[in-house]
Amino acid sequence: MSPPPSAAPTGAGAAAIADPAESNPVSGRGAWQLLRGVALASVVPLVLVVCWDLMVRWTATRLIPSPGDVAVTMWDFAFGGIYDDAFSGSLPVHLWKSLQRVYGGFFCAAAIGVPLGLMIGRLPLLRMMLDPTVSLLRPIPVTAWLPLSMIFFGLGPKSAVFLVFLGAFYPILLNTMFGVKSVDTRLFEAAEMLGCKGSRLFRAVVLPAALPSIFTGLRLGAGFAWIVIVVGEMTGVSEGLGAVIMDGRTLSRTDIVIAGMIIIGIAGFLSDRILLRINNYFLRWSPQHHV
Amino acid sequence: MSDSYASTPPGRPPGSPILRITGADKIFNASNGPVEALNDIHITIEKGEFVCLLGASGCGKSTLLRIIAGFEQASRGSVSAHGVDVDRPGPDRGMVFQDYALFPWLTVRENIEFGPRHRGVPSQDIARTTERFLTMVGLTTCADRYPHQLSGGMKQRVAIARVLANDADILLMDEPFGALDALIRGKLQDDLIEIWQSTRSTILFVTHSVEEAVLLADRIIVMTAGPGRVDCQIDVDLPRPRDVSSPELNALRRDVTRRLTNHVTGSPAVEASGES
Repeated sequence: MSPPPSAAPTGAGAAAIADPAESNPVSGRGAWQLLRGVALASVVPLVLVVCWDLMVRWTATRLIPSPGDVAVTMWDFAFGGIYDDAFSGSLPVHLWKSLQRVYGGFFCAAAIGVPLGLMIGRLPLLRMMLDPTVSLLRPIPVTAWLPLSMIFFGLGPKSAVFLVFLGAFYPILLNTMFGVKSVDTRLFEAAEMLGCKGSRLFRAVVLPAALPSIFTGLRLGAGFAWIVIVVGEMTGVSEGLGAVIMDGRTLSRTDIVIAGMIIIGIAGFLSDRILLRINNYFLRWSPQHHV
Repeated sequence: MSDSYASTPPGRPPGSPILRITGADKIFNASNGPVEALNDIHITIEKGEFVCLLGASGCGKSTLLRIIAGFEQASRGSVSAHGVDVDRPGPDRGMVFQDYALFPWLTVRENIEFGPRHRGVPSQDIARTTERFLTMVGLTTCADRYPHQLSGGMKQRVAIARVLANDADILLMDEPFGALDALIRGKLQDDLIEIWQSTRSTILFVTHSVEEAVLLADRIIVMTAGPGRVDCQIDVDLPRPRDVSSPELNALRRDVTRRLTNHVTGSPAVEASGES
């Protein structure tokens, strides 16, 4: 795992006058825009699937299943009734287990990363104490923690949650710190001039002003949580999407491996969409942070 | 850092100045040694006055305003507001920044309510005051908009309402209309005079535009650079409302410009910077 990118886009700060009609997706023009967006976004995946299919046909390989085979496996994996093997109809259980671990780890990372980032960003003493340690631990890949994690937490889900936590923690922490450090000092002056001081500045200025960066961190963190889940579920758990992929590998069921990959992709995509909705709600005051 | 040797005695009689600056110096420690930004500033401002601090860029007028606001400390000398030494920002001295410094995550109404809310004012009082100042600055229809949905002029109106709603009776304005176009600036200048007259607040207004100073002020304090000093103080007793094109105002404007350009070293032809 490469170190997470920490830079959040800082807005140019220009006073863009927002067009209120543009942010309304319900209108006719909005529906057309949505359709156009979906169509444009589908082009590359469709081309990739077609290429995949053609390559499998041309090379006549038996190592990689065709998209059609994977689709059948996916159906069987989700609903059963085709192959009736160990994987049939087991998707809901695996997905549910993985969701629990991804969000368990992610929420732990957010619950620790955001407050810690706020404090490190604001209190120089804490920053001097913790920043070097964080920079030291950050480049260590999550996979390297696997053996230690299994010793600490045993074989099982706790270990997976811990690894997901590690993967999500650094982007959340670093982006929160960055957000706090880049708060315009004018806003502190304005708040103090209006009679808000001391620890109340945290709630009144630091937190809202850092929110765009915090959300960038949360989105990156959630992404890393899904990335790490396969590693996390290598730790001897029998259920979960990562475990399914590992089982598929040992059984040479490449169709199952690919089905698991696609489902992780879709789950990560949907979870990011949800975060994006929350992002857009809380950052409705900042058009340049709307996506 | 600031050793105030001229602190004001307690139990001051009524009618004493609302703002008193006595022998204020400011020395910044730059990388290439100390830089003297202000030198021996003495200014007294009475309650209800409209005073303009006029000077070219770099004459320390903004620094002086920031010291009065309490964002920075004078290296020597003392600053007192309402007879109390200034050592930190306080709600009695409302600052209006050139770049507005509104809280972008709060609506217009919430920005105006920010001060009273943090000082624990009862909420029905807050609602009443907010309405009053929203009306005064003419923004009742935009109360629920966010700052990014406002023009520069409207933002500055919010910034003015925000300090007025917070019971600030001294308004410190740091080139507040400098970033606005001439038309909007003229309108805001008129409105500011109206607000000043109806609220009876004291205004200390920093500008580099002679025209703006002559149009607005009861008194103009001309500052010179290197280090920043008070050059002279000019009383403006032209009747209000003032007309920019009147001969009296233009005569005064010429005088003040000459006064200012005399100090811009070496080049008497240079007009006061920023003059439009």
